[in-house]
Parts: sequence; structure tokens; C-alpha cells
Amino acid sequence: MISTRRSRIFAQLFLSAMVIVWILPIAGMVVSSFRPYAETSTQGFFSFPDTLNLDNFRDAWGRGNFVRHWTVTFIVVIPALFLVLWFSSMVAFAVSRYSWRFNIALLMLFTAGNLLPQQAIIIPLFEIYNRVPIPTIPLLSDSGELRGSLIGLILIHVAFQSGFCTFVLSNYMKTLPKELNEAAMVDGASLWRQYWQIILPLTRPALAALATLEFAWIYNDYFWAVALIQKGDNLPITSSLRNLSGEFFTDDNLVAAGSLMVVIPTVLIYIALRKQFISGLSVGASKG
Amino acid sequence: MTGRDRRVLVAMVGVPTFLHVSLIWVPAIFSLGLSFTKWNGFSLSRISWRGLKNYQQIFTVFEKDFYEAVLNNLWVLFFLFVIATPLGMFIAYLLDKNLRGTTIYQSLLYFPVVLSLAVVGFIWKSVIYSPRQGLLNTALGRTAEGNQIDWLGNSDFVIQLTENYGLSRNFLALIAPLIWQHVGYIMVLYLAGLKSVDPSMREAAGIDGATEWQAFRKVIAPSLRPVNVVIMVITVITGLRVFDIVDVLNNPTGTDVLSLLVTEATSGESSNLGRGSAYATILLALCFAFVVWYLRSTFKEEEA
Amino acid sequence: MSNSGYPAPSEWSAHISRRSLLKGSVAAAATVALGGGVLAACGDGGVALGSSSGALTIGSNASDAAPQAGLKAIVDAFMAQNSEISATINTLDHNTYQENITNILKAGEDDVLAWFAGFRNKFFADQGQLGDISDVWDSVSGLGEGFKTASTASDGKQYFMPTSYYTWAVNYNKDVFSEMGYTEPQTMDELKALAGRMQSDGITPFAFANDGKWPIMGTFDILNMRINGYDFHVDLMGGDESWTDARVKNVFTAWEELLPFHQEGANGRTWQEGAQALQDGTAGMHLLGTFEASHSEELADKMDFFNFPEIDSSVGASALDAPIDGFQMIADPSNPAAAKELLLFMSTKEAQNAYLSEDPSVVASSSEADTSTYNALQKKSAEFANAATGISQFLDRDTIPDFAGKCGDMFAEFIEDPSKVDGLLTDLEDQKVAIFDDFNS
Repeated sequence: MISTRRSRIFAQLFLSAMVIVWILPIAGMVVSSFRPYAETSTQGFFSFPDTLNLDNFRDAWGRGNFVRHWTVTFIVVIPALFLVLWFSSMVAFAVSRYSWRFNIALLMLFTAGNLLPQQAIIIPLFEIYNRVPIPTIPLLSDSGELRGSLIGLILIHVAFQSGFCTFVLSNYMKTLPKELNEAAMVDGASLWRQYWQIILPLTRPALAALATLEFAWIYNDYFWAVALIQKGDNLPITSSLRNLSGEFFTDDNLVAAGSLMVVIPTVLIYIALRKQFISGLSVGASKG
Repeated sequence: MTGRDRRVLVAMVGVPTFLHVSLIWVPAIFSLGLSFTKWNGFSLSRISWRGLKNYQQIFTVFEKDFYEAVLNNLWVLFFLFVIATPLGMFIAYLLDKNLRGTTIYQSLLYFPVVLSLAVVGFIWKSVIYSPRQGLLNTALGRTAEGNQIDWLGNSDFVIQLTENYGLSRNFLALIAPLIWQHVGYIMVLYLAGLKSVDPSMREAAGIDGATEWQAFRKVIAPSLRPVNVVIMVITVITGLRVFDIVDVLNNPTGTDVLSLLVTEATSGESSNLGRGSAYATILLALCFAFVVWYLRSTFKEEEA
Repeated sequence: MSNSGYPAPSEWSAHISRRSLLKGSVAAAATVALGGGVLAACGDGGVALGSSSGALTIGSNASDAAPQAGLKAIVDAFMAQNSEISATINTLDHNTYQENITNILKAGEDDVLAWFAGFRNKFFADQGQLGDISDVWDSVSGLGEGFKTASTASDGKQYFMPTSYYTWAVNYNKDVFSEMGYTEPQTMDELKALAGRMQSDGITPFAFANDGKWPIMGTFDILNMRINGYDFHVDLMGGDESWTDARVKNVFTAWEELLPFHQEGANGRTWQEGAQALQDGTAGMHLLGTFEASHSEELADKMDFFNFPEIDSSVGASALDAPIDGFQMIADPSNPAAAKELLLFMSTKEAQNAYLSEDPSVVASSSEADTSTYNALQKKSAEFANAATGISQFLDRDTIPDFAGKCGDMFAEFIEDPSKVDGLLTDLEDQKVAIFDDFNS
């Protein structure tokens, strides 16, 4: 690194200030989650707490039916995440490493698909889903059709996010040297092996970054879930927080406690994958 | 390429493409079709053709909503490009130095990106902007009856362009949480991009005695071009599609955006999904205009 | 010229104009709740309790703790009196349920759905999405004529079973009133005088909160009903009167006169903050539903309400907003017999008492329900509704939902800058014409 000691100190100061400003809004919310609603609504969020307890967390866990909804969430998120990264990397591979007639058209298709807003397609999508039958599997497809089934939810997540992931991955793969392909072909490696054993490992930083973001988006999604699934019990964890809000009255502190619990997996994933961003290009590939 | 390889390639491309097209593009085309009809959402036999009437109404009877929304989307784009994205990139650059505590910095700045929408609404509506108890009014000493600043409700213009259109105060207040989230998002992407810069190139620049700024400009920035492109496209997408923050803060007067117009006209009990589809089609058209422009300029450069 | 001629799909043979229908429903709602005009059970030709069997699903928007427990109590009591039936409740949070009601109906997974009376029910009934439950009504006892009319669609058949309601009035803090020596005003002049006194005492007369753009619809409703009368309000909601009419302008003029007595910055304030102001004593009154008492236990103890006073003595002060909640059956349920039996059960005093035992914040629809457990607010609400000669369902349940949203937008802009009212009313009328045209054609 060419940065001097002075620039490192500046960086530390700037970042600390930034973080404080960024976290301040959250601080009030975090403290409120340990206090009863009646207290903060009269005294304000930044008043000195009289009562601090875990009641809101216990209530949120129970009333929000966390166990059930978290189970549903992970049944949807894990397969969707793997599928979307796998599918997008395959298309990105084909588009960025090979030139063929539909190369550009395909890339444009996925890139443009990236931009379509959810609201613009939900009505026809619902109509399609309401008419496509699938085998009835307990929990995964209670309704016997795409609508109302977790399988249907997984599929729309994959389809919807694959635009973004294909776009990012194809950009990334284009930066990998062309010599890699040639070296592999000389070695007699099949196309699949080139993809799976050579290109994909080199794409690790981009995959890690995408995995982090995609996990968070799919995990936090409410829009697809609630439009396509009508059974309250089969909704993911985001609905737990909604259930804590009432028709007229919402205990914000309860919702705050619930959302602190809900956010934990996404932060953990970030911390776990962070190191993968760092791995970078393996410098040796094109040199020998 | 061997025959087997060709088949594998077709499968690798075919399955994802089929999924993407059938669940995203086919509905999009149906939406386009629906925009020329009137439909209450129930029986398919009640769909009735009405040509351009939905669009005509959007540009006449409902024009104030429409132009206000388009302008607000443009304001979002402006602030994202001028403040949020550069700030995210700068922070990623600082964090790239592997300082002590970098995990904490990164996790805390990323936090707003993954926090549930319900609580983001609570934080900004109640904790920050509440007239009586919010952080801002408390810090400014303006919590007394009659002396409260109305952050989210006051739609007076901060920048007035015409009699009815401009940047309203409360929309500016909404842009704060947008920036709050966008910075962490850009930071993550840029960090992945920065990490992929070849370290030997950086060392070479250092040996040459270049200052940090020169090294950045001459060596690091050019190799980050692919990342920059991704970041730019993402910023535009976020700006055009913005919905969640405005919706969770209950869309006060003067804060309409295009995706909200779509949702209002298509969610439960709407009497004409055709008009909602027309709004959606306009939004799609704007997104496409950008993509076509972007792809053409990218491919032109590659040919050059 | 008029927009009545409520959409009558060609399938329906009888076409009753909505205008006359709604007039009938609410004029007769004087007999609501505790009132007379009770329908006697017919006996034959209806639905009988204990006669069906099988499984049944109920879609519910009762995500709050008390209403959820209340519904469960009803269902438990239902299954206790008929052990052949197994009923499950499918709960979605309140807002999600309403925003996705179209998808819920199309999915058809729930046989019976929680919903609202008034236009919002007829909206679906007239489109053939709901099941006819007139035979259930033949067996009902304890529900007044007004309720039956509020459950009737354009073809003259019933599609709704009302279970509870609540009222809108001017809420106030009893302690503040007695301490400062205020009394409930009976006329508009008295109200203005009271507001003036409050101001000189350092209290903001009216709490004013419009986050979500629906709370102040209550103010418009009551002012319109006091100035122009109940019938005009119904016609205006039905699209039969113009918003550029001088009579509508009068409402906004009167509203503008009262605005100086209201809290500023209503558009950025949640109703809970308004309730807090009432509780603290920094505001004296708040025009809102009785649900305001759910803000806190302290407020529930201190809150009382009075009827918005009369403005024009020829019009009087007996019309009010009293939204009615209840249940409807989908057009093609998996178990129609059990669904109808459940709906019948919901009208009985057993069901309504079971509900009240868990959720005491509303008033039961059946006149046979046990009112001894009612608190002071509930008793007063029931008396109000009983004495009313015109009951409306609140603006967002009385008109086309799309248009209700536009009204909400217009009111929010009006209170920020009342001088723009003429332009706003013209725009609103144009939008109304477009939306009602779409709906009626």
C-alpha cells in the first residue's frame, strides 16, 4: 500500500465520524427496543430510560411466531440463493467467454430484465401462477399450484434476481484473461470443467459480494411473498414484523425488538463472506 | 467445440433463460398489453380494450401526479449520483486500506442496507422526524406545541421550478434515508471491485514515487472501469425503481414516485388495473431507454 | 348527468340504484345495535346451527392481539356447538390483507373472509366475487334492519354479516375538561367559543394528525353531514354530486375557519402523537374514532367524547360515521354449508359475547349481545349509533377506493394551503369523473 501514515489517520477519523452519524438513527431505535412503549411515547426516544428489559424481545418472538416464519424463510432463501448464483454464473460464463450469434442479445435481455420493477409484472405473474399446477408437497407446495407455494416463491426470486447477477458477473468475468480458456482447451478440459474448476473459482470476490447482497434482498423480501402466498403461516420472516403492527395501534418498540432479531442473519452472512471479497485475483494464472 | 460441449452450453444458457423469460418477460409483455385495456382484476372476460385512453388520462386528468412523480425520480437520481454513490466509493476506498476495526466500520455502514423496512420506517418517521419526540426537533429545541418543524408533512418547495413542481421539503427529508441505505450498498460492491485490482500494479505505482491521488487516477481507477460501470447502472436502477422508503413513510403529499403510482393503481380494490399497467409501462420504457443507451455506448467502446 | 346507475353487470336482473340503497340502509340504521326493528328468526328455509360438517378456512385481518383472540374465541365457541366442523383461521396483517384482497379472492383458499360493510362490500358482491347469504339472513335474529340494508348489494341479496362497529366523534381528556371547567359544546358557536378559551389557556384546541392521509377524512365527513345533510353526503360519495358545487365549497370554507384552532403540521404527525397530545393535555380535543383510547391505558381511563355539534339547526347533529366490520363468503367456497353456518353463528349472542370477552374496544352488532361488560366508551358509542338518523361508513369505505385515495390527497394539500381550494376541487372533480366513468362503464 502506498498510503502514508497521515492518510491512514485521516481515514480512521473520517470513518469514525461517518459511522457515528450513520448509526445515530439506529441508536434511538435500539435503546427503545429495551423499553416499554408507554414510556417512550410520553418521554421520547432519547430520554433517560427508567425501565430496561427484554420483554419486547420475548413478546416479539412469540407474537411474531418467529420459529415458523424463520423456517419458511430459510427454506426459500437458501435454495434461491444457490440457484440464482449458479444460473447467473452459467449465463455470464457463456456470454463473456464465447462469441456467438445471440451473445449480445442475451446479455441485453438479462441486463434489461434487471431493470423491470416488481410492480410492473405482478398482475400477469399472479394470473400465470394461479393456473400452473405442480405436485403437492407438504410445506413446499401446499396449494398444488405455483401460486401459494414456496417453490413458486423460490422460482420468482431466481428469475427476478438473475438479471442483476448475470449483469454483474458477466462484467466481472470479462476482466479475466482470455488466455485461461486457451490454456484449458489445450489441456483438453471440457466446457463444464472450464466453467466449474477454472472460471468460477476466480469469480469468487464477485460471487461473495453478490451472495451477501442477494441473501439480504431475498431474505428481506415482502412483496413477492405476500402477493403470491395467501396463507399467513407460509409467509417468511418479514411478515412476522408486519404482524406486530396493528390496524390502528403499533407498538414501535416491539417492532424494533423484532427487527433487531430479524436482522442478525444478514449481518452474520456479511461478516462471514467479507473475507471472500478480499481474496482477489490469483495473480499466477496468466503467468505460468 | 465438441458436440457434447455445445449441448452443455445450450443447457447452461437455456434453463436460466427460460426461467427468466417466462417469469419476468412474459408478464412484462402482458402488462404492456393490459395498459391498453380496462380491467377490474377479476374475470378475464371482463378485460375491455380502450386503446390509448389510459395514457391520455395519465397525461391530462392525473397529470399532476405523473409529472410530480417523474420529477421526484429525477431528484433521487441526482442525489444518488452527486452524494450517495461517490460517498460509498470513497468509503470503500478508505476501508480498502485494511485499517484496524475495518470489520466494525463495514458492518455498521452495511447495517442500513439489510435492516427490515418496517423498522427503517419507524426509525425515520418516529425516531428522527417526529415533530414532538424526534431527534431533529429535540436537538433543535423545537418540540413545543406550535413550534414544531414538520419534516415529513410540509411540502413547500425548497427548489421551485414552476408553480406546481419542484423539490419539496419533505421529499428532501425522504432522500436522507435513501442515501443512508445506498452508501452501504455501493460500498459493498466497490469493495469487491477494489479488491480485484492487481496488487502488483499498485506496488509498481508506489515505486514510481507517485502520490496517492496520482496512483489512484492513473493506475487504480482505470482498472476499476468495469466496477464503475456496474455501480453507475445500479445507481440508475435504484433511482428509477425507488419505492420502499417512500411507501413505508406513508407517501406524504408531494412525494409521489413512479413505482408508487403503479402500486396505487394496481393494489387491492383498484377499479382499473389498465391504468396501473400504463404507469408500469411508462416506468419500463424509461428503464429501457437507459439500458439501450448504456449498452450501445458500451458496445461502441468495445468495438473501438 | 348523474353517475348513479351503479354498475349492474348484465348477469344481475334487479338493478337498484345505489343512491336509494344507501339512503335506505342508513336512514334505517337508527335501529342499529340496541335498537328495535329486529328481524325475527324465520325458522324454515334458512340455515340451521349444527347442521353441517367438514373443514372450513377463515381469512382474517385481525393481526392485533385482542381482535385475534376475539376471533379465536368465536371460532372455538363455533366448534364447541358443532363438533363435526373443523375451522382454521388464516391471519394476515391488517394492511397486507387489504392491499392484497383481490389476490386473496382469486386464490380462493379461504371460505369466509373478514371485511367491511358499505361500498367496499358491494364492490365485490356486484362483481360476482361473493356468495349470496340471504338464506343465512332469513335465520338471523338480533340484527336491526339497518344492518341488513348495509349488507345488501345491488341485486337485493345479502352478501355480508356484520359483527361489530365503532364510532367517530370529538374525543377529549376528561381530567383537563373538569380541571379547566370546560363543557361539551352543543352548537358550532359554543365550539368556537370553547376553542377560543382553550387557546387563551395555552392549550391547542384540536389535535390534528394526518399521517397516512386518512384521519382527516373524518373531519370532512362530519362537516359535510352537518352543513349539507346526510343525504347530500351520500350522493357526493356516490359520485352523484359535483365537488365544484357551492355546497361542497361551503364545507371547505367552514373547515378553513376552524383550521387556526388545529395543531399545525398535521401531515407529518401520526394519530398516536395526536393521542399523546390529548393525554398530556397539550391539546384539548381530537376528532377521531374511539380507537384512540387504545393508545395507552392512561388515555383509555381519561378519554370521553361528544358528538360534533350542529352547525345548521335545520340539519341537526344526528348523522355520524360508524364503520361496520364483519365477514363475507366467497363465491365458490369449498364448504358452503359450513361457511353459512359459521356466518349465522357469528350473528348470535354467543358468538358476539365470546368476541367481546377478548376485545372490548368495539360495539357488537347484535342487539342481544351482553352489554353489561361494556365500558363507558362502548356504552356511549352504542347510544350514539342508536340515536343517529344517518350512519355512514367513513369516506374510504363509502366510495370507490381509488377515488378515496384522491380525496385523501386533496385534503392533505388543502390543509397545507387552503387558498388553493378552488383549483384543488376542480382537479378532484375531473378525477372523480374519470374514475366513476371507468367504474360504471
